[in-house]
Amino acid sequence: MVRRLFNARGAELIPQARMSGPMPWVIAIMVAMTVIALAAGLALGNAVSSAKAEIEGGVTIQILEPRADMRAEQARRAVDSIKMLPGISGFRLVPQAELDALIEPWLGTGIGTATGSAIPVPALIDVRLKGPATPKALSTIETALKPIAPSARVDAQSNWLKPVFDAMVSLQLLAIALVALLALALTAAVLLAARTALGANRDTIEIVHLLGGTDTQVARVFQRSIGYDAAGGGTVGLALALVVILSLGRRFAGLGAGLVDNGALNWSDWLLLAVVPVLATLLAMITARLTVLHALRKML
Amino acid sequence: MTTDGEIIHFDNVGLRYGTDREVLSDLSFTLFPGRFYFLTGASGAGKTSLLRLLYLAQRPSRGAIRMFGTDAITVPRSRLPQLRRRIGVVFQDFRLIPHLSAFDNVALPLRVGGHREEDLTGPVRDILDWVGLSDRIDARPPTLSGGEQQRVAIARAVIARPAMLVADEPTGNVDPDMAFKLIRLFEMLNRQGTTVVVATHDLDLLRKVPDSLIMRLDRGRLSDPTGALRYPPRKTL
Ligand SMILES: Nc1ncnc2c1ncn2[C@@H]1O[C@H](COP(=O)(O)OP(=O)(O)O)[C@@H](O)[C@H]1O
Ligand SMILES: [Mg+2]
Repeated sequence: MVRRLFNARGAELIPQARMSGPMPWVIAIMVAMTVIALAAGLALGNAVSSAKAEIEGGVTIQILEPRADMRAEQARRAVDSIKMLPGISGFRLVPQAELDALIEPWLGTGIGTATGSAIPVPALIDVRLKGPATPKALSTIETALKPIAPSARVDAQSNWLKPVFDAMVSLQLLAIALVALLALALTAAVLLAARTALGANRDTIEIVHLLGGTDTQVARVFQRSIGYDAAGGGTVGLALALVVILSLGRRFAGLGAGLVDNGALNWSDWLLLAVVPVLATLLAMITARLTVLHALRKML
Repeated sequence: MTTDGEIIHFDNVGLRYGTDREVLSDLSFTLFPGRFYFLTGASGAGKTSLLRLLYLAQRPSRGAIRMFGTDAITVPRSRLPQLRRRIGVVFQDFRLIPHLSAFDNVALPLRVGGHREEDLTGPVRDILDWVGLSDRIDARPPTLSGGEQQRVAIARAVIARPAMLVADEPTGNVDPDMAFKLIRLFEMLNRQGTTVVVATHDLDLLRKVPDSLIMRLDRGRLSDPTGALRYPPRKTL
């Protein structure tokens, strides 16, 4: 039952000035911030989960033997032994040239020639397990290596990145908290706006009541009005947020950092972002309705 | 106490605003369907206050009120609209909605009552035509003269064919010709079964409706010069 208290010519029971007053802009800002916070949260989530998947099964074996010939020998034997182990999906002995390249940014080239002795850089074996690198999987490898390469150290790659993940998860929680706070702030803003509108239109409401109008009919008028404002403001806010997200995304893509690339939003994330203004509008309308109904209950 | 045929029954009703003295005291009377009542009394006697009780804008401070067979004191808020839709009101200060056109103001009771848009255009135009405002249909109340506003208010009060019409000084702002015309409109509705209650201090008006019953308020108390409030009501002075 949709009883319209306005008519086809657009006359409204409560005077309307679309997209004027602070309400639509407050909603626009809230929606923009929510969408940005949500996008950040989703991107972080994507980055964490794809990075996790990538390195979850990763194990690094370092041969910490200082003498180069023994180091090479132990590394070779370790590789042979790892081949035999179950649950290994791949491995790679990192070549010396790559190791040199890894330390080059800190120590420069030609250390060996300059000091007369090469810096003992550990040999690295990059192992990929079929399953995750659990402590049990690690100790299996350790046990296998102990007799043949006593100086081997076995680490799960995820352990090294744990602080990074933890930080990212915290940021993600922060993003979620921000979204919740913004929803709360939106509710409060709508509540105040609805009360102000009620006060400003008190006479009209009383007349409608005396002509036999119900609370629901009156509430619907306010709900519609705030719904329009919220939908308009939400659209503007979403557009703003998309501009910000796309340009930020381009910047990050320019960095070429692996984690950030992995944080790209997929289509379901975009869909979720697009739903934000819809949810904000719904939230605004429900808040307006409940506020108005609550206030009207005090009138005769 | 018989409830046969009564439309309104007041039993020992009193009203005070805030903590002031009582504005209305010891009101006990019955209104019967299809009759035409005038409520007279000096300015400040309490006519508007009594009408506010009648159109459910106000709850009394004490006493019992029954309207259309319903206890109007204990009736839940949710059922008030139903009762109010059976009552048409001409407010003393018109109370038109300023940003709505004359048409939309008059259409409001029908829209509130859930009438469809295509069904209400004709009746609204007809009634505005009848009160002589067919050329001001789209005018907003602030651009109308006092008399024109009053006629819009009357059109709004009668458009939904209420069981009871309550009018507070409805001829206060119009010339005698228009006053007579409006009273004729009320009489016409009355003949179709609407109970009419008109508050006025214009004694000339009383004479224009020979069959009317008169209630007089004097400082918040009711006297009954025509025996209007007795049952069966005595018709003549
Ligand atoms: N809302 C109100 N608050 C306080 N006093 C009121 C209010 N309305 C009316 N009164 C007082 O009640 C008395 C009756 O007023 P009213 O019913 O308007 O009389 P009438 O319509 O016969 O002129 C007056 O003394 C008036 O001052
Ligand atoms: Mg009065």
